[in-house]
Amino acid sequence: MFRFIVGRLAVLIPTFIGVSLIAFSFIRLLPGDPVMLMSGERVMSPERHAQLMAELGLDRPMYLQYFDYLLGLLQGDFGSSIVTKREVLTDFLQLFPATLELSLCAIVLAVALGVPAGVLAAVKRGTWLDQTLMGTALVGYSMPIFWWGLLLVIFFSGYLGWTPVSGRISLMYFFPQVTGFMLIDSLISGQAGAFKSAVTYLILPTIVLATIPLAVIARQTRSAMLEVLGEDYVRTARSKGLKPFRVIGVHALRNALIPVVTTIGLQVGVLLAGAILTETIFSWPGIGKWMVDSVFKRDYQVVQGGLMLIAGVIMIVNLIVDVLYGLINPRIRH
Amino acid sequence: MAAVQEVDVQTSTPPTGLKEFWFYFTRNKGAVIGLVVFATILFLAVFAGIVSPHSPSAQNREVLLLPPAFAEGGQWTYLLGTDAVGRDILSRLIYGARFSLFIGVIVVSLSVISGVLVGLVAGYFRGRTDTIIMRVMDIILAFPSLLLALVLVAVLGPGLLNAMIAISLVNLPHFVRLTRAAVMSERAKDYVIASRVAGAGTMRLMFLTILPNCLAPLIVQATLAFSAAILDAAALGFLGMGAQPPTPEWGTMLAEAREFIQRAWWVVTFPGLAILITVLAINLMGDGLRDALDPKLKRS
Amino acid sequence: MKKLTTLLAATAIATLMAGSAWSKTFVYCSEASPEGFDPGLYTGGQTFDAAAHTVYNRLVEFKPGTTEIEPGLAESWEISADGKEYTFKLRKGVKFQTTDFFTPSRELNADDVIFSFERQYKADNAWNKYVPGASWEYFSGMGLPDVIEKIEKVDDLTVKITLKRPEAPLLANLGMPFISIVSKEYADKLQADGKMELMNQQPLGTGPYTFVAYQPDAAIRYKANPDYWGGKQKIDDLVFAITTDAAIRAQKLKAGECHLMSYPNAADVEELKKDPNLQVSEQAGLNVSYLAYNTLVAPFDKVEVRKALNMAINRQAIVDAVFQGAATVAKNPIPPTMWSYNNAVEDDKYDPDAAKKMLEDAGVKDLKMKIWAMPVARPYMLNARRAAELMQADLAKIGVTVEIVSYEWAEYLKLSSAKDRDGAAILGWTGDNGDPDNFLDTLLGCDAVGGNNRAQWCNKEFDDLVTKAKETSDVAERTKLYEQAQIVFKKEAPWNTIDHSVAVVPMSKKVSGFVQSPLGDFAFEGVDIAE
Repeated sequence: MFRFIVGRLAVLIPTFIGVSLIAFSFIRLLPGDPVMLMSGERVMSPERHAQLMAELGLDRPMYLQYFDYLLGLLQGDFGSSIVTKREVLTDFLQLFPATLELSLCAIVLAVALGVPAGVLAAVKRGTWLDQTLMGTALVGYSMPIFWWGLLLVIFFSGYLGWTPVSGRISLMYFFPQVTGFMLIDSLISGQAGAFKSAVTYLILPTIVLATIPLAVIARQTRSAMLEVLGEDYVRTARSKGLKPFRVIGVHALRNALIPVVTTIGLQVGVLLAGAILTETIFSWPGIGKWMVDSVFKRDYQVVQGGLMLIAGVIMIVNLIVDVLYGLINPRIRH
Repeated sequence: MAAVQEVDVQTSTPPTGLKEFWFYFTRNKGAVIGLVVFATILFLAVFAGIVSPHSPSAQNREVLLLPPAFAEGGQWTYLLGTDAVGRDILSRLIYGARFSLFIGVIVVSLSVISGVLVGLVAGYFRGRTDTIIMRVMDIILAFPSLLLALVLVAVLGPGLLNAMIAISLVNLPHFVRLTRAAVMSERAKDYVIASRVAGAGTMRLMFLTILPNCLAPLIVQATLAFSAAILDAAALGFLGMGAQPPTPEWGTMLAEAREFIQRAWWVVTFPGLAILITVLAINLMGDGLRDALDPKLKRS
Repeated sequence: MKKLTTLLAATAIATLMAGSAWSKTFVYCSEASPEGFDPGLYTGGQTFDAAAHTVYNRLVEFKPGTTEIEPGLAESWEISADGKEYTFKLRKGVKFQTTDFFTPSRELNADDVIFSFERQYKADNAWNKYVPGASWEYFSGMGLPDVIEKIEKVDDLTVKITLKRPEAPLLANLGMPFISIVSKEYADKLQADGKMELMNQQPLGTGPYTFVAYQPDAAIRYKANPDYWGGKQKIDDLVFAITTDAAIRAQKLKAGECHLMSYPNAADVEELKKDPNLQVSEQAGLNVSYLAYNTLVAPFDKVEVRKALNMAINRQAIVDAVFQGAATVAKNPIPPTMWSYNNAVEDDKYDPDAAKKMLEDAGVKDLKMKIWAMPVARPYMLNARRAAELMQADLAKIGVTVEIVSYEWAEYLKLSSAKDRDGAAILGWTGDNGDPDNFLDTLLGCDAVGGNNRAQWCNKEFDDLVTKAKETSDVAERTKLYEQAQIVFKKEAPWNTIDHSVAVVPMSKKVSGFVQSPLGDFAFEGVDIAE
């Protein structure tokens, strides 16, 4: 097991260097330079432009800039934003919990609804229930979530007025960030109603972000269950007269869950991509919105640092999924 | 069914193959519905110039933000209403179908061709080539696809063409991995060894012997990629990085319509619905294809 | 252990805040996160609203709702006869804010003022580069480093600024947010503690509101400054709820989640006006949007061609489709709310037939041209693409083929300044300080060719008029010169003046005392809410 993990980590290093190279070179290729943007409509003199480029180190040869960047990365320095002058890592750490909270809620919702739906569909295979569930799942899977989000906002916030439109908690409540998770912080704060407020703000974005993973998990669970239900040992258990509930719940589901767990792990990238759209629609102060805004502001350093940090998160999650899978299923370990 | 039998007679492929495929495909009702819807969309896209009631770019300044015909204040000449500069939404949606299908076709062709080539090379030669290729794919997969596409488009410059290139690139690893895995499992099989012993060259082995036997999972993946490409392109358009206005691309239309979310629900609703219906139809077909092509599931 | 203390501290603060939950809180739905909290470093309006108009004051201020200068931290001032020496008498007894991060020991004096200026242009000042990439963009953008000779202390409450040459717009410049007066004592303490970057995170000034906390991309919190020299504000807490999407800001306002919002979508205004709980304040913005021809390139070097194109474009249609009417068609390069606006100038009439004939008379046939459309929305032009499409359709009617081009915003700004630019560019300007010089000379003067002068238009007659006006301090005299300059401009038509947008500020009916600023600022001094 140890060798397996070490081997996995060794693979990560060249990937990480590749990622840093891509993040670095992409951003240098962006048209337009950040110094132009600093002055807006007001044109700056060529001398001043050159001076600012020099101050930001943007006039040096590429390989030197890259070398400096790598050195900085090794020391945990992801650069500073050109627009806000704040450190990229500081901003990331401050905004990441918001994305994490949203993603965790979404995945919990997706699993809580997706797995039972999949099991039910498999057990009732071919019935109208199966067809309805799987039809719905396919609609969810085909959903343009940016549109879905807008529809939900129009209906639930605009028409019915049930849910707030954007943000993480009502502005009535103000307490310091302890964990960064609004649900936890609001509980710690002890302020009456704060937790409830945080929940109402979380509902719509969670639904939107959970839509696609929910559909994928439901479909995956159904086909995994179908496969398992056809296996000999399940038939044997059935023929021995075990109650259907026990057969499905204990024997079949446990085995069917292995591929499902992997699917859940694979949804992390999907979630982060979804977070970009969801956060943009709901003005959710997380890293997805932060990245989109930075791309539009041409904030070189933030896009570059953010790409690195997000890629890092995905790589670590994939590693954990790999290791977990290795633990569940020893055959994988070679 | 008659038409199909004719095809059977005319083609040189073993009749059982296509027939069996069609049999299993049509057993999936969803797939047939998907096919019909898709064919309709394809028809509309091809004959957009004839079927659409107005030009997609003609601005009628008398009727800005006109509601759909069935809503209060609508006019029958503008079935789905008009947008902020008085263009007919229905016509724009019909022309938009062209763009979406075009995006799907180009993206899938680009990523299938390059993905299959790279995957064949990796899976056939193994060794260092394989390691390097798979590392590069890992790097691409380390980024959330939409974020990578977004940054790529920002670099290349916003626009439909660049959006398609970016989406093809982020799609690439799936095809490479799939082809590689299939090639590796086929490579050791008797028929391949037999051809090699018989003196078949590398090219012949790769393209004529191994590739045709890996096609089934690739076709299924390509269908998925087709619908995903439409979604991704629309998402990029929505974020302002895809096709640029006034192109009637559905995602771009949505982005433009966003400011009217309070006042004119129809400019927001219809483009999204068009995306959903198209993607759903393709995914339904994809499910049918999988059932028909995947022998493991056929027994169901 | 450390965790526990944070936790305890958190609970303590939470209890404190809970206690004040019933105080009068004003929530403003703002359009963007501030870039930072030191107004000198940035150029974004949202940053000025968040820092300059809440926490800070300036030597002189704009009288609310106007572009006229009134005393601020300077009680009075004198200008020498040659227009080169400005002596400011500071207000007595102005206290800096007391916060949980700093307690001032002295009142405002000349040192603070001198420090606030010098840190922005003296390279040897320790604060000139206190954050990475600090560039004091506005200070240099307004040309102050070239204008200011020196700034000195006469006595504790008197400051003298000496200029290299007379500069009539200087006073207006000093009312601008970037030159907010900061506390030297606070700066010294931060420097001694080695925490200079806090100047940009925990601002401290003399203004009506005290900074409490910033939650990135979510909210900024302030409370009323009890020691404010202008009197304590009627509201206790001020909150900026950062909401980047205009449609969502509007929904929040309707839902009562905020009391006032900035920049509604033009499309939503009608609906907001109908809402019985809301009131909508409107004011012509201090801005102009234009289509600048490149007057150096044929056939646009001919006045008749430019005039013909102007006459062919239906600007009212642009105002309707892009602004849903929340704008007025422009005829002069300066907005009507600005002094010296020449209302006697005759506008080019929309007349495609005459335009077609004029173009033919000028010997131009089958004209193909490019129109550059900005990729971003600005207050003066919400959707340049849409405007360009309308122009394209209009020009097609007189036989001119238009290709619309666009670039990345930074690229656009750069390429549109080039002297050999191919095509006419849509752009605009928002006034900084209400002085006509800030439009006429900045955008159309000969010095600005290859830069802000996107028409690349250098006209001797026009340039002489505006240069003379800049060096004259008598306002009546300046007015005459600028009025004349506008006549020259219209005759020569280097631009097609498109529109002046109307700034719309929707707010709850409970709000009173909010005065809309023609400069586009959102300042909440004097605001109150009914219970």
